[in-house]
Amino acid sequence: MSDAAILVEGLTKRFGTLAALDGIDFSVPPGAVFGLLGPNGAGKTTAVRVLATILRPDGGRAQVMGLDVVRQPAEVRFQIGLAGQSAAVDVNLTGRENLRLIGRLAQMRRHDVGPRADELLERFDLSYAADRPVRTYSGGMRRRLDVAAALVQRPPVLFLDEPTTGLDIQSRTELWAVIRELVAEGSTVLLTTQYLEEADRLADRIAVVDHGHIVANDTSARLKAQLAGTVIEIGMQDEERAGRAHEVLVKAVADHPQRDGTTVRLTSDEGPSALIETLRLLDANALSPATLTVREPSLDDAFLALTGRRPEEEGDGESEVRGDGHDPRGGGESGDRGRSQGGGETVGEAWHQARERGVGEFMGGMPDESPGETSSEPDRRSAA
Amino acid sequence: MSTITQPRSYVAPPRRSPLAALNDGFTVTGRNLIVYRRIPTLIVFTLIQPVVFVLLFRYVFGGAIKVPGGIPYVDYLMPGIFVQTVAFGATNTAIGLATDVKSGLLERFHALPMARSAVLTGRTFADLTRNVVVVALMAVVGFLVGFRVQTNAAGFIAGILLVLLFAYAFSWIFATVGLAIGDPESTQAATFPVLAPLVFASSVFVPVSTMPSWLQGFATYQPVSVTANAARALMLGGPTLSWLLQSIAWCAGIVAVCAPLAVWRYRHMS
Repeated sequence: MSDAAILVEGLTKRFGTLAALDGIDFSVPPGAVFGLLGPNGAGKTTAVRVLATILRPDGGRAQVMGLDVVRQPAEVRFQIGLAGQSAAVDVNLTGRENLRLIGRLAQMRRHDVGPRADELLERFDLSYAADRPVRTYSGGMRRRLDVAAALVQRPPVLFLDEPTTGLDIQSRTELWAVIRELVAEGSTVLLTTQYLEEADRLADRIAVVDHGHIVANDTSARLKAQLAGTVIEIGMQDEERAGRAHEVLVKAVADHPQRDGTTVRLTSDEGPSALIETLRLLDANALSPATLTVREPSLDDAFLALTGRRPEEEGDGESEVRGDGHDPRGGGESGDRGRSQGGGETVGEAWHQARERGVGEFMGGMPDESPGETSSEPDRRSAA
Repeated sequence: MSTITQPRSYVAPPRRSPLAALNDGFTVTGRNLIVYRRIPTLIVFTLIQPVVFVLLFRYVFGGAIKVPGGIPYVDYLMPGIFVQTVAFGATNTAIGLATDVKSGLLERFHALPMARSAVLTGRTFADLTRNVVVVALMAVVGFLVGFRVQTNAAGFIAGILLVLLFAYAFSWIFATVGLAIGDPESTQAATFPVLAPLVFASSVFVPVSTMPSWLQGFATYQPVSVTANAARALMLGGPTLSWLLQSIAWCAGIVAVCAPLAVWRYRHMS
């Protein structure tokens, strides 16, 4: 028997011809926070649903607290709590009623359920709304209740499936604080997220998932360190000039410059000299950058290096176009993932430019809250 | 084993009794009924359609319909209306479950250490409770438009109980449908083509003997008709036992087939 709180070996799951999980392995020691990071459709949610006994895997092995999710699902269910896009709360019930319902169904003793619900409502700052139907809650309140519902029975293992997707910065930060508290109490947490910063802030260890594979599994610090050096980003006025700049640099610089819309990016171990060389070359070719950024690599860059693309660029059917184009802080819910699809090129680029202005500060690139926060539930399950 | 301090895990035996499963079912029933307490108008909405049918058939079409035995048409009509009301009402079971599938709530339930049957028993118990209220209100409507029981109170109550038994059995068909479709709007659209022939090609509104012969076989023996006939016999008199047994057999058959199917469907969802 393994000491791991969560153990996954060679896990596969197919939906028709699509391999949602194509043989993934990882293990999470007790008390650790493990982040599964990847774009929509990478297989994160599928992994959580298998571990939560909702979905039967096609192959491989998955254990929670040493219990096999396929052979001992009933026992596994006594060990886990689930929140996020794989779970929901009942909008017709009040916050208190939701927590009590979950507590009862998790087989807590009747007289323990009430005090536990009150305690959680207090802790998640929902006491003032405890007796209001959840349909009157804002998006942030619903997510807090959702995470609270996963904790009612004090499960030793917690699955948080994109717990903050669609939340504004403030709600997200609050939820992060609570999650960190949980961890301090010794819960083992499996967190899935599309947000690099979220994984970076919360997880001890991060597995980057892409197309059903784990492409990297390391600490956040080491993932970033894999890209030793300095990132230089040159923003040009238009794609044509960016293309020319890219051509010039590819020929002359050893650091494999990459073009991304109007931006040319290169990573170098010799930052200062590479920068001088780059600018000299551009100047010699009568190209002058519109923007210039020199920074340490981010997890975003690590993802790019590992998968060949940025996490937002997954071009699948669920792509969304940011409606605002210029201001990454003013977007609507639909632009949440900052994706662009065919035909949305310029919008996507504008966003990239905008996010690059928020250099070095990840928040600048974090999709922000949305006027739609209090509106009706977005279709959270479309990403499942 | 690891020595790290973990949140005090509650220890519960994974093997659970049928009684515990029933208890989970009642917990879910309570949850499903809260919505009616919060939005009582939902009950009123379920009443609109059957009340319209009562008024339509009592005062508009009824005069043209001759029923055998010389009984007033309103007396013929009302037992059928009770059955029709719960048959259409079973759509609520399907929509309720489809809504829970779509919202993701069933996924959360799936990951909880609760009985697999509880989501379904909870739904059908709640709908049975709703039907008790709805049928009682429809009986009041019936008496207001001139319906009179011709046997006795015991016959009337037995008839109502049969209608409720039928309602419970029928909701299992729609539980299966709701889980299988998993989307409230599509479910709403899918149930009508199933219900319409059962309710209209039946003895609910007119005697089956007035229908073309090719339709009579189906119209006589299908569950809505035999239940309407049995309820009618209990409330108005006449040969009762055969219809009663046929109706109970249908109910038992429907539950025997649909309940395991629905639980299987729930277990193998997603």
